[in-house]
Amino acid sequence: MSTKPGVIDRRISRFGRIKKWLPLYLMMLPGAIYIIVNNYIPMFGIMIAFKQVDFSKGIFASDWIGLKNFEFLFASEDAMIITRNTILYNAAFIVLNLVIGIIFAIFICDVINKRLKKLYQSAILFPFLMSMVIVGYIVFAFFSMQNGIVNKSILPALGQEPIFWYNDPQYWPVILIFVNTWKGVGYGCLIYIAAINGIDPTYYEAAELDGAGKLKQIWHITLPCILPSIITLTLLGVGRIFYSDFGLFYQVPRDSGMLYATTNVIDTYVYRGLMRQGNIGMSSAAGVYQSVVGFLLVLVSNLVVRKISKENALF
Amino acid sequence: MVNRNKGYQIAINIVMMIVVCMVVLPFLLLIMSSITDENVLLAKGYTFFPEKFSLGAYEYILKSGEKIFRAYGMTILITVIGTLINVGMSALFSYPLALKNLPGRRVITFFVFFTMLFNGGLVPSYIMWSTYLGVKDTVFGLLLPNLLLSSMNILLIRTYFSTSIPDTLYEAAQIDGAGQLRIFRSIVLPLGKPILVTIGTFSGLAYWNDWTNGLYYINKNTELYTIQNLLNKMVSDLQFLAQNATNLSSSATAELSKVPSTGVQMAIAFVAILPIIIVFPLLQKYYSKGIALGAVKG
Repeated sequence: MSTKPGVIDRRISRFGRIKKWLPLYLMMLPGAIYIIVNNYIPMFGIMIAFKQVDFSKGIFASDWIGLKNFEFLFASEDAMIITRNTILYNAAFIVLNLVIGIIFAIFICDVINKRLKKLYQSAILFPFLMSMVIVGYIVFAFFSMQNGIVNKSILPALGQEPIFWYNDPQYWPVILIFVNTWKGVGYGCLIYIAAINGIDPTYYEAAELDGAGKLKQIWHITLPCILPSIITLTLLGVGRIFYSDFGLFYQVPRDSGMLYATTNVIDTYVYRGLMRQGNIGMSSAAGVYQSVVGFLLVLVSNLVVRKISKENALF
Repeated sequence: MVNRNKGYQIAINIVMMIVVCMVVLPFLLLIMSSITDENVLLAKGYTFFPEKFSLGAYEYILKSGEKIFRAYGMTILITVIGTLINVGMSALFSYPLALKNLPGRRVITFFVFFTMLFNGGLVPSYIMWSTYLGVKDTVFGLLLPNLLLSSMNILLIRTYFSTSIPDTLYEAAQIDGAGQLRIFRSIVLPLGKPILVTIGTFSGLAYWNDWTNGLYYINKNTELYTIQNLLNKMVSDLQFLAQNATNLSSSATAELSKVPSTGVQMAIAFVAILPIIIVFPLLQKYYSKGIALGAVKG
């Protein structure tokens, strides 16, 4: 008899706890179901890469073939090309978005005229809000072989012959890197602007009293103060170095087959393998390659940052 | 600190003005191309200073643009429904996650965060959505995959709720006998409005600009195309025509050559970005805030 009240108390308190939190868990239910379906179930779908998929048998009953798909993938020339393209483009994007983003941020923060400042902030954000389809159309207006402004107006004015832009892969690294910077630099720039605005102005006043010039102030005050943002953005970039903006590499070159040497990246390769050739084995192998190496890169880059400055690590 | 040196001010303003031109001119070229007379366009190409203007492209859209209107309506429909569900689901998911005493809080946060580190990739997603969940060639194919909820947004809202709404507010409401749903409705939603509007602009723009879901999941039922899918389809039709010009049957060529003229294509592209231009001041206000928040670790 003596233990009973305690048991009842505990029961009541557990019931009370459930009653207290249950509505909250129920609120989370729709989102949780969506995340499980949209994100977690496809993670297990990675096994497709180790199977000979036969839709008449279904995914689960299809035969296991071990690493065959990967052997085919890495035996092909494509594996090398898409890996090289993906990494080199991303490296260029990380560096350019960082350097140009910071320069523009410093300039914009230094502009005295409020209206102009607002104009500049709008201008760098504007292309960021456009879809890649639209960007593809704009690039086409410049480089279209029959009607483009470059071939029809600019090159003739310079006395040059028209160039078949969409047939010649050599021009595309420059075009794609330019387009990416044009469209994407605003994102990082706005983050750097927010970081610079958060710097205590007395630092600069003190530096000015000491006679430090503009460059010295940037080097010794601005850059160290916005270092956390720089590290975060670079870390995110390095972690995603195996992923690319599918739209940039698919829409902007207009999916032109002659440009694949310099425009094919892992994401476009996976898409074309799956949708055009119906080669589920190869494209799923490339997808797993991307997911796994990408995941390792996130972990490693985060680990490196933790070693250098713990407070700037993402997790 | 603002540098008032005159030479420096002039220099940075010149640089930034060049940047403004580099942003504005390409869009201006798009607009000019859409109002250039078709014959002039074919002879002289796209140009900033067309010899002859014509609103023919827009007349064509108004007169025989049934497909275009349908696609536009589709984009609006998907954007509105998708954004409402996205914001609703995100708010419901993030509020409990912001409560420090919620049992399992860390596990659930990791459950969300992990999806940002690792994913299964396109092939398993595609097979799941199209073969097992049957969204192919339905409106759900545009609405459901990938865009309905974003882990990043959940973490943003959670951080906002837990830092800008004081804990004591929940407790006070609880003591007053308010149920969790009441608290959510009458405290969390009103106080969280700024972040929810920000997330709404993220989601709305993502739906408006999305063309990948249509590319993957809408193949036969082209009546479901959004405006972005329509633009994408015109490009791939032209590309197909160019690559197979010699060995196509004449009927297939005739079908493909119904692709609207270059001027009309540019006009459709302009119509597709017009809403973004109109609401840009509003977008900018919330979008910039959201971007700045995203940089602060949650």
